[in-house]
Amino acid sequence: MAFRLLFDGAFARQVAAGLGALEPKAAAPAAPKPLPPPERVHASALLLLSGLQREGRLMDFLQQDIAGFSDEEVGAAARVVHGGCAKAMGQYFAFDPVTKETEGAAMTVPAGFDAQRIRLTGNVAGQPPFRGTLKHHGWVAREIRLPAVSEALDPRVVAPAEVELS
Amino acid sequence: MANYSIGIDLGTTNCALSFYDLTADGARNWQESTLPIPQLTAPGTVEERPLLPSFLYLPKAEEFPEGSLALPWSKKAADPVGEFARGHGIKVPTRLVSSAKSWLSHAGVDRTSALLPWQAPQEVQRVSPVEASSRYLRHMAEAWDHKFAHGKGKTERAAGEQEIILTVPASFDAAARDLTLEAARQAGLKNVTLLEEPQAALYAWIEATGEGFRKQVESGDIILVVDVGGGTTDLSLIAVTEQDGEAQLTRIAVGDHILLGGDNMDLTLAHHLNQELAAAGKKLDAWQFASLTYGCRQAKEQLFSDSKLKKAPISVPSRGSALVGGTIKTELTREALTGILTDGFMPRTAVTEAPQTARHTGLTQMALPYAQDPGITRHLAAFLTRQARALEASSDAPIPMEGKTFVHPTAILFNGGVFKAAALKERVVEVLNDWLQADGGQPVTELQGADLDLAVARGAAYYGWVRQGHGVRIRGGTARSYYVGVESPMPAVPGFEPPIKALCVAPFGMEEGTQADVPPQEFGLVVGEPTRFRFFASSVRRDDPVGRMVEDVTHNEELEELAPIETTLPADGQAAGSLVPVNLQAAVTEIGTLEVRCLEKSGAGRWKLELNVRMKGEE
Repeated sequence: MAFRLLFDGAFARQVAAGLGALEPKAAAPAAPKPLPPPERVHASALLLLSGLQREGRLMDFLQQDIAGFSDEEVGAAARVVHGGCAKAMGQYFAFDPVTKETEGAAMTVPAGFDAQRIRLTGNVAGQPPFRGTLKHHGWVAREIRLPAVSEALDPRVVAPAEVELS
Repeated sequence: MANYSIGIDLGTTNCALSFYDLTADGARNWQESTLPIPQLTAPGTVEERPLLPSFLYLPKAEEFPEGSLALPWSKKAADPVGEFARGHGIKVPTRLVSSAKSWLSHAGVDRTSALLPWQAPQEVQRVSPVEASSRYLRHMAEAWDHKFAHGKGKTERAAGEQEIILTVPASFDAAARDLTLEAARQAGLKNVTLLEEPQAALYAWIEATGEGFRKQVESGDIILVVDVGGGTTDLSLIAVTEQDGEAQLTRIAVGDHILLGGDNMDLTLAHHLNQELAAAGKKLDAWQFASLTYGCRQAKEQLFSDSKLKKAPISVPSRGSALVGGTIKTELTREALTGILTDGFMPRTAVTEAPQTARHTGLTQMALPYAQDPGITRHLAAFLTRQARALEASSDAPIPMEGKTFVHPTAILFNGGVFKAAALKERVVEVLNDWLQADGGQPVTELQGADLDLAVARGAAYYGWVRQGHGVRIRGGTARSYYVGVESPMPAVPGFEPPIKALCVAPFGMEEGTQADVPPQEFGLVVGEPTRFRFFASSVRRDDPVGRMVEDVTHNEELEELAPIETTLPADGQAAGSLVPVNLQAAVTEIGTLEVRCLEKSGAGRWKLELNVRMKGEE
């Protein structure tokens, strides 16, 4: 039915109307609690961006059109981004590779493997255990230490404008 | 009774806190004994850091959004200290308080008066060096309380109830120690004991080494502690002796106060690169210069950790959002690093080569009296040579000194972030071994294993446990003898100041909790009027007994003048203006401060002389 909903607009509208009819028409006794705005729901994502900008100027780097610059200039800026963002990431998270095997080495994937942690590529066929070559070791967060954000601030401000007084 | 010993390293550029559960059996897990300190890293953002940068920012009222300077334990906005204060303060230097600790030991200014930030505009409510230090301590105490004493029935776990071991440079004089204690009191810390930083570093090493330390040092050894912090270089000698089969540690000497540290090194590198950039027409603003300094520190560590690298790149970001194109690129070469840093700060010198200005005598200058000579090895040579002469002249020196040009250390312990660079450690060892070889001595062994950033705080907390009667305690008492100035009676000659003699009131090596003998000399105190004595100290006159007179202090290099000591005799029961004969007596308190008292000659009257905080003639 999912496909029909996607491709058949008329049918989808009928279903939607039907769903609506199922809901109680009587006045709701209490207004549903409004969802917090997206910047509150995702405050930690904005905070992370803010931290990466503060320490490593990530926003500036990504927002800039770098097509006209030489590799040398991009490289100089990339060092700022790499150094600062690596420091900030180190403060917020600790990461491990998913597997300790060496990339390029042969690896056996047993039956019942964790399909989120291991992705099979290439000739995906046959029965486990699967024999293959490790192409990428993956990453998984071991520690997460994002700071608390003050409710007093608007998380949408990733970086303030700076005005220097003379 | 305190449950914890809390060790606090109140550093020039960074503070740290470690703790020891005194109620637990056995040794602590010392690697996990430091308190991560929550602090503002940006407005509205509080993060934990292992260190609290010793910076205080004094914001303008409308500078930050309401509530954005709150801390987990206080909704009320306080002036930020720590990482955000440092980071933002670079852009607003006139509101940033830094190096408060260096000011705390600067006798040329009134250290209790609100004088920081040094160049603040009129509208900024300045703070004293004591107040700034107290703010850092209060922040750490509140961080402790928030973690350990939060909630009902936990008040006995508050920092104010614990045994606090606060570290000070070994070279801090009596007044600077008093002021450090005053800062702790203002921060609500009641049970405070002072400990010298090089000793704390050695305690940390002892704890980390465990019982094995007795295998690494033996009777007759002399341990040299070289502690180069962010702002100061602190030297101490600790002798290992044996009594009844037990190892004994005695701190036999401490160095002069040298305002020279790792920050100077990074700054010197940054100035060098900044000159190159300026020559190429690239001008950096204050914030970019700070970024360059930070970049230099990173590049330095990179080059020192990989000897194959010829150079390390440094990028100084643009102030504006155009990062690509606006970033200034430079690099630190190994040649520059070795030339400026290794050879500049740790030069290969002869042990006879003295620092350009051996001891700071510019007591009237107002800015911080930074060391004139950046050569740490020259300061080290001067220290070892001077102490050898002092020990040689002493009748009961704990170690033999005959035939030696300088004190021969057998082991060396490094402390301070500077020595993360192994090359700098190696250089010190190399220079020292050259001196030793030329003087017929044996090479030193390096004592390893303590964390360079956290050792002082950890060692301090461990000392709190040692004070309960465990492990080995470092003895030694005061590292100076103290004197009051006495005018020689002579007819007044216009234009001539009468020569001043110095009367010894506190001998070298007074242990905590002891008092000195009473010198026979009498002084007349005028009732109701302030009386003031000039005050001197010596780190080399080891044998002066109480009552010894040292002639002509003004031309005596062995004595250093401190801020004066004073008291006002209350007029109760006696006519104002009448003269009361008194004797002076010195005591070292249990917590490690020096007290000088006046004892009434014909009565029970006693008055404490206050260690003044500014030099004569500064008012």
